Amino acid sequence: MGAISFDLAHLLAGSLVLMSFVMLYQDRLPSLINAFALQSALLAAAVAWQALAQRAPHLLVTAVIAVTLKAIIIPLVLRYLIRSLGIHRTIETVSGIGPTMLAGMVLVALSMGLMLRATEASNVIAREDIAFALSVVLLGLLIMVTRRNAVGQVIGFMSLENGLILAGTGAHGMPMVVEISVAFSVLIAFIVIGIFLFRIRERFDTVDVAALDRFRGERQ
Amino acid sequence: MMLVALLLCVAGLFAVAVAATILAANVPGRVLTYGATAALTLVALSLSALGLFGGGIETLRLPIGLPWLGANFRLDALAAFFLVVVNLGAAASSIFALGYGRHETAPQRVLPFFPAFIAAMNLVVLADDAFSFLFAWEFMSLTSWALVLSHDRDATNRRAGFIYIVMAGFGTLALLLAFGVLAGTDGNYAFAAMRAHAPDLQTAALVLFLVLLGAGSKAGIVPLHVWLPLAHPAAPSHVSALMSGVMTKVAVYAFARVAFDLANLSDWRLSAVVIALGGVTAVLGVLYALMEHDLKRLLAYHTVENIGIIFVGLGLALAFRANGLHAAAALAATAALFHVFNHSLFKSLLFFGSGAVLGATRERDMERLGGLIHRMPKTAAYFLIGAAAISALPPLNGFASEWLTFQAIFLSPHFPQWGLRFLAPAAGAMLALAAALAAACFVKAFGITFLGRARSPQAETGRETDKISLAAMAGLAALCIVAGAVPGTFTAALAPVSQMIASDHMPSRGLAAPWSPLVPSLGSANSYNGLVLLALLAAAIALVMLALRILANGTSRRAPAWDCGFPDPSPATQYGAESFAQPIRRVFGTIAFRAREEVFMPQPGDTAAARIHVRLIDPVWEAIFAPIARGVGFVADTMNPLQFLTIRRYLMLVFLSLVVLLAVLALWL
Repeated sequence: MGAISFDLAHLLAGSLVLMSFVMLYQDRLPSLINAFALQSALLAAAVAWQALAQRAPHLLVTAVIAVTLKAIIIPLVLRYLIRSLGIHRTIETVSGIGPTMLAGMVLVALSMGLMLRATEASNVIAREDIAFALSVVLLGLLIMVTRRNAVGQVIGFMSLENGLILAGTGAHGMPMVVEISVAFSVLIAFIVIGIFLFRIRERFDTVDVAALDRFRGERQ
Repeated sequence: MMLVALLLCVAGLFAVAVAATILAANVPGRVLTYGATAALTLVALSLSALGLFGGGIETLRLPIGLPWLGANFRLDALAAFFLVVVNLGAAASSIFALGYGRHETAPQRVLPFFPAFIAAMNLVVLADDAFSFLFAWEFMSLTSWALVLSHDRDATNRRAGFIYIVMAGFGTLALLLAFGVLAGTDGNYAFAAMRAHAPDLQTAALVLFLVLLGAGSKAGIVPLHVWLPLAHPAAPSHVSALMSGVMTKVAVYAFARVAFDLANLSDWRLSAVVIALGGVTAVLGVLYALMEHDLKRLLAYHTVENIGIIFVGLGLALAFRANGLHAAAALAATAALFHVFNHSLFKSLLFFGSGAVLGATRERDMERLGGLIHRMPKTAAYFLIGAAAISALPPLNGFASEWLTFQAIFLSPHFPQWGLRFLAPAAGAMLALAAALAAACFVKAFGITFLGRARSPQAETGRETDKISLAAMAGLAALCIVAGAVPGTFTAALAPVSQMIASDHMPSRGLAAPWSPLVPSLGSANSYNGLVLLALLAAAIALVMLALRILANGTSRRAPAWDCGFPDPSPATQYGAESFAQPIRRVFGTIAFRAREEVFMPQPGDTAAARIHVRLIDPVWEAIFAPIARGVGFVADTMNPLQFLTIRRYLMLVFLSLVVLLAVLALWL
C-alpha cells in the first residue's frame, strides 16, 4: 500500500474527528445540521477511498448510501422539520463549550491511546481508522449527552453511527450485509425519532426533553 | 440397552406430561395420566433394578444440547440405585394420586407438571455431563416449584414458592460453579473428563463447599433447610411425598456423585465437615419438628433430620475411604444408602397418611385433630407403621439402617486421626439424641392426630380415605416391614454401589439367603437378624394376647377415659401437641430457639382465662436469612431511583460507563 493512499485515508478519517469537534461547539441547530452533513460527506469520501485502496467495490455502495442518506436527505428533512415545527434555533447545552471541548480532547486521547495499543497486530490503515472511529463514536455520545434538545440528540446519534461505519470499512472483509443492516437501522431510527419529534411537538409545543421530564412528574 | 429403555421411559413421561395438559380437564383423563405415570415409573423401576443387579456400566451420547458436548447419559450402580429410589417413590405416589388426586381442586395445575417432575428427576440421575445434569436439575426445580404453587390462592403458599425458587436458583448457581471448578481450565464439562483428573486439596475443598451449598440446599442441610418446611407442605400431598421422599434423595445423589465419583474427595478434613454438618442437621431438624404442630410441616422437618443421618453416613464413608479403611467405608456407605431407600419409603408413607387426614378433615393442624383412629382405622395403622419406622424401632427398616450407621460409628477408633476419633462418636451421640427425639416427636404426631378425642368438628366427621390410596399406603408399609425383616437382602443388593464408591462391600450371603443375619463387618461381634426379631416380637405379642384372652375377665366395661383429672368433657382439656412438646421445649428450645413462655394472668376479680404465650425464634432465619433479605432490600431501595432518571441521564450513565471501561482497558493494556 502506497504512502499516498495511507496519507489520504488518514487525512479523511482525521477530518471526521475534526468535524465531530465542530459539531461539539455548535449552539445553533442549522449550523449543527450543516456540520453533520459535511461530516457525512467526508465519511462517504473516506469510505470511497477505502474502496479504491482495498479494491473492494462493495464499499462504494456504502459510500453512495452515506452521501445520499446522511449528507443530503437527512439534513434536508431535519431542516424542513425545524422550519415546519418552528423549533427554537438555539440549542441549550448542558455545560459550557470550553469544558465540553476539553472533555472531547480527553476522549480522543483515550481512544487513540487505547486503540493504537490494542490493535498492534493489525495493518496500519485499520489501526488509524479504528482509533479515529472510536473517537468519533465517543464524541457522538458526548454530543448526545450535552444537548438538551431532541434534534441535537438525534444528530449526535447519527454522528456516532458515522464512526461505526468508519470502523467497519477500515477493517477488511466486513460483510456487505452488516453495512446495509446498519444503514437501515439508522434510517429506521431516524424515522422513529422523526415521528417522535412530531408527536412530542404536538403535545408539548417544544422539543426540549426537559418538558418530557416535567410531564412524567419527576424531579430533575 | 437398559439405558435406552430408561430414556424411553423418561420420554414417555414427558409425553404424558404434554398430554396431561388436555387430559387434566376430566376425571377419566386424570386417571389415565396418573395410571400412565404409574405404569411408566414401574417399568423404569424394574429396569433400574435390573441395571443395579446387572452391575455393568452403560453410556450413551445423544446429539442434542451443546454441539461439542452432546447429551451424555450413563447408567452405573450408583445411578441405578437412585433410579430405584426415585421410581419406587414415584410409582407409589402415582398410585396414591389415582385415589387422592380425585379431590384435587386445580387438576390442570398439578397433572402436567407431575410426570414432568418425575422425568426430570430420572434425567438428573442419568446425566453424565454437567450441562445435561444442570438442565435436568433446573427442570426438576421449576416443575416442583410449579407444583408448590398449584394452590396459589393461599398467601403462605405464594411465600413458600418465592422462597423455594430463590433457594433453588441459588443452589443451581452453586452447582454450576462446582462443575465449573471441576471442569478446570480446559472447560470439559463431560463427567468422564472430570473423573479423569483428581483435583488438588484447595480445589477439592472449594468443590465440596459449593456442592454442599448446591445439593445441600436442595436436600435440606441446616442452615439451608428453610424452604423445605414451607414448600413441601404447600404442594398436594402426593407431591409432598415426592419432594420430601424422593427429590431430597436426588440431591443426596448429586452430593454422592460429586464427592465420591467426580471430585473423588480423599482428604479426611473434608469428610469431617460433612460428618459435623450431618450431625447438626439431624439434631436441629428433629428439634424444629418437635416445636411444630402442623402435621405436614412436622414431616418436612423430619426430612431434614433424616438427611442429617444420611450425610453422617456419607461423611463417615468419605473419612474411612480417605484412610484406606475400605471395609468400614463400605459399611458406612451402605448404611447411608440403605437409609436413603428406607427414608423414601416411610416418608412417602407418612405424607400419604397426612394427605389422607387432610383429605378427610381439611385440617393440617394437629391441635384440631384427634381420635381419627376410630374413623380412619386403616390409615392410622399404616401411619403407625411409618411412624415406628422413622423412629427407628425394630423390627422395621429405619432401625436396620440407623443400626448400621451406628455400627460404622463404632469403628471410629480405627481412624488414625484424633480429630475423627473424637468427631465420629460426637456425631454418634447427636444421632442418638436425634433418634430419641424423633421417637418422641412421632409419639406426639401419632398420638395427637389419631388418639384421644376429636378436637374439632372436622376431625369428628372425617371418613376413611379411598381404597386406592389405602393400597398405596399398604404397599409402602409392607415394604417397610420387609426391608426391616430381611435387611441382609437389601444390603446385598447395595453391594455393587458400595463396591463402586467405597471399593469394597459389606459381608453378605447374597440375595438368596434372606434369613441370614446382618453382619456389619468381617470379624464383628455384632449382628442383627430382623427376621428372628420379628418372629420373637410376633410370638411375644401372640403370647400376651393369648394370656389376656385366657386369664383376663371376659366382660367388657365402658367407662370415661382417664377419669382421674379428666372430668371436663371439653376436648380442649386433652393433652395437646404443645403440651406434649413443652418439656422438650424447656430443655432444648430455650437454647436452640430462645423459647420464652409468658403467662398472662387476669387481674384479681377478672373472670377472663389465663393465657400462656410461647415465643420461638428461628436462629437460622434470624442469623442468616433475615440479614440477607434486609441487605437485598436496602440495595434495591438504594438503586430504585435509577429507574426514574431522565433520558439524558441514562445516556450519561451509558456514556460514563463506556468511558470508564475504556479507561480501565487503557490502563490495563
